Amino acid sequence: MAGLGGRMSTVIKSKISRMLDRAEDPGETLDYGYQKQVEMLQNVKKGIADVVTAKKRLQMQSSKLEQSVVKLDTQARQALSQGREDLARMALERKTLAQTELQSLDTQVTELEQQQEKLTENEQKLRTKIEAFRTKKEVIKAQYSAAEAQVKISEAASGVGEEMADLGLAMQRAEDKTETMRARAAAVEELEAAGTFDDITQLGSGQDDIEQQLQELTSGAQVDDELAKMKAELGSGGGDDSPALEQGKENP
Amino acid sequence: MIVRISGEGQYELPDEDAERLNELDNRAVAAVDQGDQTGFQELWSQMLELVKSDGNEIDGDELVESDVILPPRDISFAEAEAEFTGDGLIPD
Repeated sequence: MAGLGGRMSTVIKSKISRMLDRAEDPGETLDYGYQKQVEMLQNVKKGIADVVTAKKRLQMQSSKLEQSVVKLDTQARQALSQGREDLARMALERKTLAQTELQSLDTQVTELEQQQEKLTENEQKLRTKIEAFRTKKEVIKAQYSAAEAQVKISEAASGVGEEMADLGLAMQRAEDKTETMRARAAAVEELEAAGTFDDITQLGSGQDDIEQQLQELTSGAQVDDELAKMKAELGSGGGDDSPALEQGKENP
Repeated sequence: MIVRISGEGQYELPDEDAERLNELDNRAVAAVDQGDQTGFQELWSQMLELVKSDGNEIDGDELVESDVILPPRDISFAEAEAEFTGDGLIPD
């Protein structure tokens, strides 16, 4: 039998049968097998906790970014009303980037939620199998001779072993996914640390770098649109600097 | 025949489905071999559908081994390239 799950369960099965071959007392083997299964269940719990931690981290970042979006929007308006289109543009570029990051974070949080649900469901399935194994092992111990017991144990152990292997695979995939998201979260944190989403009034020297990166990262069209919209909103108030702001629409 | 869909559970299928499943499996191997992602996805859906529609889900507390283990439903094409090779999941 091949296949992702197939290979893994073959490994587990051969381990189980080696263990059975060596065992002098089937009862002891059964208890040991059961103990191993319970350990596996603990690992699953830990795996689920890891997914939850990754999710919480992303959720925290997401709410921080939401605050940045609101703040930068306000600052863009303020800058524009003071005739500082350069600052308004800068704020809007940052806002656009924050919004893009926000969308991607939200998608990832949803994905992690699905992973968590799936693992929890699988954990429940394994728990049921292990419980069935526990019942069966007592029956085997009480009713069968050593030779007969070997066959029965092997059957029961293979059944649980396959379930364990399958869950192991699900956990591996969840871990891979969580790992990718951790890297992503770290990247957003780097942007934050570089002051990308900071208050634009706090800008000091050495920010040219960020500015250049921002221009590369954000869609110029979106910023232009938003700037125009903001001007129209402010302009409808009938400010005397409207004609000057109109010039800002010209773009290369 | 007992088939497991990885991450979902085990199903008992009538023996005559083995041939149908095997045929789909072989065609999936061919699709992967040709780098035909759309073709593979189509065949893969058919395999899952066959198991789900013809199979009876095995009770959670039953301890039985599967004859065939299918990969997770959301298998990527890259993963499929490692799995659907040679005789496929179901050796002839």
